[in-house]
Amino acid sequence: MSEKIATRDVYGKTLVELGRTREDIVVLDADLSKSTKTALFAGEYPQRFFNMGISEADMMGTAAGLAASGYISFVSTFGVFAAGRAYDQVRNSIAYTRLNVRIVATHAGLTVGEDGASHQTLEDIALMRVLPNMTVVVPADGYQTRQALFELVDYPGPVYLRLGRPKVPRVILEGTVFQVGKGQLLKEGRDVALIATGIMNGMALEAAAVLKGEGIDAAVVNIHTIKPLDRRLLSEVAADTGAVVTAEEHSVIGGLGSAVAEVLAETCPVPMLRVGVKDSFGESGAPDELMQKYGLTSFHLVEAARSVLRAKKKKEGRPPK
Amino acid sequence: MSTLSVAEIENLKSTARKLRRDIIEMVYRAGSGHPGGALSVLDILVVLYYKVMCIDPASPQDRERDRLVLSKGHACPALYAVLADLGFFPSDWLWELRKTGCPLQGHPDMRKTPGVEMSTGSLGQGLSAANGMALAARLDNSGRRIFAILGDGEIQEGQIWEAALSASHFRLDNLTAVLDYNGLQIDGWLRDVKSLEPVAEKWKAFGWNVLEVDGHDYTSLLEAIKKALEHRGAPSMIIAHTVKGKGISFMENQPDWHGKAPGEEEYRQALAELDTQEGEGVR
Ligand SMILES: Cc1ncc(C[n+]2csc(CCOP(=O)(O)OP(=O)(O)O)c2C)c(N)n1
Ligand SMILES: [Mg+2]
Repeated sequence: MSEKIATRDVYGKTLVELGRTREDIVVLDADLSKSTKTALFAGEYPQRFFNMGISEADMMGTAAGLAASGYISFVSTFGVFAAGRAYDQVRNSIAYTRLNVRIVATHAGLTVGEDGASHQTLEDIALMRVLPNMTVVVPADGYQTRQALFELVDYPGPVYLRLGRPKVPRVILEGTVFQVGKGQLLKEGRDVALIATGIMNGMALEAAAVLKGEGIDAAVVNIHTIKPLDRRLLSEVAADTGAVVTAEEHSVIGGLGSAVAEVLAETCPVPMLRVGVKDSFGESGAPDELMQKYGLTSFHLVEAARSVLRAKKKKEGRPPK
Repeated sequence: MSTLSVAEIENLKSTARKLRRDIIEMVYRAGSGHPGGALSVLDILVVLYYKVMCIDPASPQDRERDRLVLSKGHACPALYAVLADLGFFPSDWLWELRKTGCPLQGHPDMRKTPGVEMSTGSLGQGLSAANGMALAARLDNSGRRIFAILGDGEIQEGQIWEAALSASHFRLDNLTAVLDYNGLQIDGWLRDVKSLEPVAEKWKAFGWNVLEVDGHDYTSLLEAIKKALEHRGAPSMIIAHTVKGKGISFMENQPDWHGKAPGEEEYRQALAELDTQEGEGVR
């Protein structure tokens, strides 16, 4: 594994790269450009950057207006404000209108750390994926963030791209193809499938290695696109393994786990457990400590895998009717 | 509450220096936090908490207490320092700021910290909550008073102006808002990012009784608060001109000190400056 890098840092650099050839890209921020890293774009292309001040709702509407006039709007603030504060503006001015607005939200999830619950969105995936027309992408690492940005520039309609605050390890191998809506089998396995999004992919790979030591062959699937969801891949791995664990830095209500459960309930119901935050707000603390406290580590994934395997055995052992 | 005597002013200054030490110490030990806005709002909190508000740390849920909503929630180290000094909770709590499992959150949490009246941190929401508290006081036929502290960057939020309309429409004269007008937000000076001016005229146009003061001068602050509390028929807005990072030379008026903790060297220097001020009797 190479050195760690924050997805928001990659975002800032990639925006500058994209802005060089694409004069139709405009960027908006709400007084967080140093944190979201749109400040880099602002430095290079000041005339195509709009700092809207601390006015997220106004910013979403303005981005819609620019998009309705032919521009591709990249809008950034923290996830909690992008998805939460300005929800109705996103719904009515951006999603309903199917405009080319790319909402790039940083500081998602518990790993915001010390700022605490008011700044840790654990609901944004749920809020965004329920909106018609919205594409929801959560890259696994910096490498995938860059790939996703290049793909999403011209992807039709509105997009929510979920990024984080901390530096995260590389998990996606060089040359892995990124395609919106296509999940990635990071590791094959027969016994149980660990289905992860965002930074939980790294932990899923670690968990798979631990499980291997116990003789359990775990598959790892990266669902970087929560919407549109790769129904086919999900149904296949569920059928192949017969046991599923999902992992997300988000509430277990409405996020990846819910989305996967919705698909599998209709196509291939198997024993399943969702690893994520259990219907609670976060709190202040060091990111690693919070991930531990709220049950979001590879250890918790291993536990969940063992337990879902017990359920699978029980089901298989059931006498035929 | 009359005008301040020389001795009273000296006392307040001395308290403020101690609280500034606490703020620096807290943020240093936490390794993160917002010193700039905490230092700019501190003197406003000192006058309100030590000279104006009716509160009893021994019964923080007393129905008749005055209420203060720190709408610019990131400045909570200042609020926590005051609340600890007044005895709402033990001073040791201050040194656990922002640590996992501790009651003092990175942004104020009314369910975790005694004396905190409203959970804030998402800017622009506190004035509406204060309006609700003012309406409740009126329904209760209570003389309790409601204070809301707003950041200047914060009032770029549309909700503030919705609340501004509500407060004057409902003639909430039991509500006093204070604007911590330090001129800075995260991305720089407000005049460059998104200007508020003419800000006094805006609040006047929204139906408020507007006063303007030096937000670090206790006598003028108290005078303005008194006038605000006496004013009938409309809410009052005190525009307090402040200095972000007030009291620590290298933090004053520096956008960089909005949201970062001092390193060891800076921490020592900050405390040394406060010690010198104590010796010289200046603020
Ligand atoms: C709704 C919302 N948007 C953005 C932020 C991030 N943020 C925290 S403090 C701050 C700047 C606040 O500036 P100001 O109100 O002037 O505070 P002060 O200068 O007193 O620190 C911003 C943008 C937030 N907390 N809430
Ligand atoms: Mg300010």
